[in-house]
Amino acid sequence: MSKLSNLIPPDEQVSFWSGVLDPESNLDLISVPPEDLWREKRAGLVVIECPQEIPCNPCHTSCPTGAIKVEPLTAIPKVNYDLCTGCTICVSKCPGLACFVIDKTPADYSIVKLPYEMYPVPKVGEVVDCLDRTGKPVVEGEVLNVTEPSRDGTKVIWVKVPKGFEMTVRAIKVKGGE
Amino acid sequence: MTMSKSPAEIFGYSFPDIRETQLLIVGGGPAGLSAALQALKLGLKVTLVESGLELGGQLVKQTHKFFGSSLERAGTRGFRIAQELIKELTPFKGSGQLEVYLSTTAIAVYPERIVLLSQLSGKVFPIKPKAMIIATGAQERMLPFPNNDLPGIYGAGGIQTLMNQYGVKPGKRALIVGAGNIGLIVAYQLLQAGVEVIAILEAMDRIGGWWVHAAKVRRYGVPILLKHTISRAIGKEKVEGAVIAEITPDGLKDKYQVECDLIGISVGLTPTVDLLRQANVKMKYVAFMGGFVPLRDREMRTSQSWIWVAGDSAGIEEASTAMIEGQIASTSVAKWLGYISEEEAKREIDQLWARLGYLREAEVSSKVRKGLEEVLVTWGG
Amino acid sequence: MWLEEHPILDFSSKRPKLVKFYFEGKEMWGYEGLPIAASLHANGIKVYRYSTRLNRPRGFFCAIGKCSSCFMVVDGVPNVRTCITPLREGMRIERQRGLGKIDLNLIQGEAGSDDNV
Repeated sequence: MSKLSNLIPPDEQVSFWSGVLDPESNLDLISVPPEDLWREKRAGLVVIECPQEIPCNPCHTSCPTGAIKVEPLTAIPKVNYDLCTGCTICVSKCPGLACFVIDKTPADYSIVKLPYEMYPVPKVGEVVDCLDRTGKPVVEGEVLNVTEPSRDGTKVIWVKVPKGFEMTVRAIKVKGGE
Repeated sequence: MTMSKSPAEIFGYSFPDIRETQLLIVGGGPAGLSAALQALKLGLKVTLVESGLELGGQLVKQTHKFFGSSLERAGTRGFRIAQELIKELTPFKGSGQLEVYLSTTAIAVYPERIVLLSQLSGKVFPIKPKAMIIATGAQERMLPFPNNDLPGIYGAGGIQTLMNQYGVKPGKRALIVGAGNIGLIVAYQLLQAGVEVIAILEAMDRIGGWWVHAAKVRRYGVPILLKHTISRAIGKEKVEGAVIAEITPDGLKDKYQVECDLIGISVGLTPTVDLLRQANVKMKYVAFMGGFVPLRDREMRTSQSWIWVAGDSAGIEEASTAMIEGQIASTSVAKWLGYISEEEAKREIDQLWARLGYLREAEVSSKVRKGLEEVLVTWGG
Repeated sequence: MWLEEHPILDFSSKRPKLVKFYFEGKEMWGYEGLPIAASLHANGIKVYRYSTRLNRPRGFFCAIGKCSSCFMVVDGVPNVRTCITPLREGMRIERQRGLGKIDLNLIQGEAGSDDNV
């Protein structure tokens, strides 16, 4: 039996109210760094895909430089990108797994640092499938680092992606599974 | 059972020893645990009863980090919050200030303010508290469709219990019906346990749960079909598949047939209010709060002056708000029993209400806010 | 099937002892102290009883002792909520058909507070 996701027409799969951000039209709903700063900032800058007002602020309280503000508690996070160091603490702390640090400084590729709470955990050097916001494998990427900034089970996977995939890749899948 | 009869009249004998306690808390989930801690800190003697095998309620099944602010332990996983709360209770247990009964169900309330407790062992005994906080939580709703009783079709919360509390892989391929927070979260937890999730079906034209919970499962390839539902389950002795239908203006239109050995139903919760009803607490049907819920004042006190309520049994909401409601109820009990002054209680309860206020501020809480308008009262005298 | 690998949860502390029990006379293994229903499910048993009027199969459902779907006959006692009743070594567990009969001699027990906090 073919997978249900293959039977559903692609345009029906991308809908904001089914949990998929449209990178073309929904960018004003989220925090995206200014391009000039982004290209220069070593270690990268955070993209926060948290477009709905919910009572939640661990990104704010965990940010060591005060770059992220959630005020009041139900506001959408606001980022002061001059202060963001790309440290990935928010990536590991965000209960909604909505923070991604993206480093655009390497010349030939970019690095997406994303939260990961699945099994198995990939090894450094392993090539994994990089998935878009609907789980579609879009490109392969090498895992450059696996960290656990909050030491609480949420890993941060650093995955190498080709230029142009920074705002597409949002998850990884270890090869060899079903 | 009628309310006018005492246990002696009903059972034909009087109980040899009726245990007494200051505060009886029924339910050891987030609301009950946090109520217990607050009451103990204020000096009360507490008896906590829990029908399950361990304390923690729904918290122990949650692998995700909780939302809210640091005061609600945001950023900590649900099961860890349960561990923290239970650890904080331990010293009070040692000092004899707290008594905990596990595998014990409160099955009856009598006008003499006696509560009957039934233990798994078969033992039934009465307890007479000065005050009682009912924090019995909620139960899952069912959805009518052909074959909905087949084994393999479980409440989404039931799946969490089996999988995250007891460590059983509940199936190989799952279909989830309902994209509220529980449906979305259980889908993610199934992926963590290595179960394939075919799809999440949602009857409305948008997810009911929080957007970030949906995004978490979407990026692992789980489709969320809006305006779709299950039209029937397939199977004889247990579930083997399902037919997914689109909800159209002309009714259900069958669209896909899928193979699955697990169907999770997450179409909402109903407050567990049996004890409140037995106690003749004034209730009101409020759809926004999940069904019949008790009228209560700002201190979570019901129409029966010795009974308070907290958590989902007061209206379906979040664990974070349930914990605060538990604290409010215990603060009020402590005031009533003379453990803190009017002023101290007011200051504490005002602060707790301020926290409820900011947690309920967002658009996602609009239903709760509307529901509260219908049940919040001021008791005379 | 028991979960062995999980990215967040560690079940080892909840599985102190593997014990033998009997389901419809057949020998099975499960973890002592966990609910009977959990061990049955892990052994692939999903039908726990047959309904009273239509003889429909019933299994696990709410998992918190509220729904009655998992009633079984345990050591001769019917209507046992297997989702909240801990498994003990040597237990004899049968599927329940219909309402079941209660043997009043089997009802006993002492009240006692639990030390598991």
